[in-house]
Amino acid sequence: MAEVLVYVDHVDGAVRKPTLELLTLARRIGEPVAVALGNGAADTAATLAEHGAVKVLTHEASEYADYLVVPKVDALQAAVAEVSPAAVLVPSSAEGKEIAARLALRLGSGIITDAVDLEAGEEGPVATQSVFAASFTTKSRVSKGTPVITVKPNSAAVEAAPAAGAVEALSVTFSEKATGTKVTGRTPRESTGRPELTEAAIVVSGGRGVNGAENFAIIEALADSLGAAVGASRAAVDAGWYPHTNQVGQTGKSVSPQLYIASGISGAIQHRAGMQTSKTIVAINKDAEAPIFDLVDYGVVGDLFDVVPALTEEIKTRKG
Amino acid sequence: MSLRIVVTVKYVPDATGDRHFADDLTVDRDDVDGLLSELDEYAVEQALQISENSDDDVEITVLTVGPEDAKDALRKALSMGADKAIHVEDDDIHGTDAIGTSLVLAKAIEKAGYDLVISGMASTDGTMGVVPALLAERLGVPQVTLLSEVSVEDGTVKGRRDGDAASESLEASLPAVVSVTDQSGEARYPSFKGIMAAKKKPVESWDLSDLDIEADEVGLAGAYTTVDNAAERPARTAGTIVKDEGEGGKQLAEFLAGQKFI
Repeated sequence: MAEVLVYVDHVDGAVRKPTLELLTLARRIGEPVAVALGNGAADTAATLAEHGAVKVLTHEASEYADYLVVPKVDALQAAVAEVSPAAVLVPSSAEGKEIAARLALRLGSGIITDAVDLEAGEEGPVATQSVFAASFTTKSRVSKGTPVITVKPNSAAVEAAPAAGAVEALSVTFSEKATGTKVTGRTPRESTGRPELTEAAIVVSGGRGVNGAENFAIIEALADSLGAAVGASRAAVDAGWYPHTNQVGQTGKSVSPQLYIASGISGAIQHRAGMQTSKTIVAINKDAEAPIFDLVDYGVVGDLFDVVPALTEEIKTRKG
Repeated sequence: MSLRIVVTVKYVPDATGDRHFADDLTVDRDDVDGLLSELDEYAVEQALQISENSDDDVEITVLTVGPEDAKDALRKALSMGADKAIHVEDDDIHGTDAIGTSLVLAKAIEKAGYDLVISGMASTDGTMGVVPALLAERLGVPQVTLLSEVSVEDGTVKGRRDGDAASESLEASLPAVVSVTDQSGEARYPSFKGIMAAKKKPVESWDLSDLDIEADEVGLAGAYTTVDNAAERPARTAGTIVKDEGEGGKQLAEFLAGQKFI
């Protein structure tokens, strides 16, 4: 059976959820071989094996943290040379897409980014994408070279599928260009204790209607009652009320949770682009004409300062 | 010292228009008004700011690949303050994917001559966000991408890249490829004077033969990916909408409980 390379996104050996989703998709096409790089690479093996990795290729070197993108491209290229995979799957993060693009160019391959589903096809893997602010769904495939495909978070379920997960050291020779862009400083984000926005099952977002940074506390309280991530519209971010890392929409994150709650968000096309594929959509807005109501499964026309706290209270009561 | 900046820009269908696909499954550019991709305005803005903060002699060239109408995007960038423009136009380019586009751009950038390439973080139509990385790979120079802050001094480009896990400070020697995000600073509006001046600024037109690119390296036939089908997403079925008469929160909780979210 053909092997499929899966690039592992991990933090010091802790595998992030989108990588486990990639293993689910990889098993539809062939046998997953994982590639884990940098500090803690070998520590990823147990988790990856549990979710279907037959092999885990690892390489630890300081270059992965000290220089941008290129060392990882060099390593993935070495892995492709060793395995000759049927496809290479990479999580669709900002960095993941850059790594995938450069790898594809080196391999003489096509690249598909931001797939939301993947299946085996007669002429290679078929990727589903949501385009034009998620108003269209396309099915595409790579027609030249080894397909390189990046997949968005929440595109597949994480499934237990125990496999050998044998750890093998990958031999990597860094290219001359690997040290071109130096990372001279790194400030880790402070943890909010909430789920990662793109990975969360529930997202609660606030927009212009929240009307002030201090008012985001009521959005956060609702999110916490549901164990949800907090999102913000571009209007709220541009106003400086909430960090850009939480922005949902065309120039921020694109999310596809089970439940999306939009509070005080009108639903401009740029915002819809980032949340339209959510399974269930709920909105609270004063303006009955707001375009967001065209998308909702349930909408409340009302003042979010009344409705959101009441909802939070009711959820807490019901959860006891 | 002089500093040659090439800003890559794209002419895209207006995102607020009714975007759809043509019969050959390429983006339909005929039925929707186009404009300079909003995210590229940030790239033009940062080029102008680097120029304003520099003691060197800075020359800003804006470069686009696209149909005749794409000149509109160049004019906008020129009216913001760029010095000159290059338009790569060729019928054989229709249907080119990201890999092919990066080839055309890289050859044009090399022909134009450059110390620094600045791109937007992604286009607003394709939204892949891979072209800056592809350009760095093709040109063989450092990529310093997705910056929310950028500065150039003494042949070195520095910037801040705000990632999900961390905010990173980056540094590379020129020549280099930079991309900037929408957090890098609001783009200026062209002034009336700028608009008038833009009419007199030079716009060069190149085709594939000027760049030694064969027709089969680009276009739909040369594409590395194939779109098999494109379907309009079914409209969401109309949901329940209630007016809050004091019970809105409770009603919403009832709905969420029914859907097993509580």
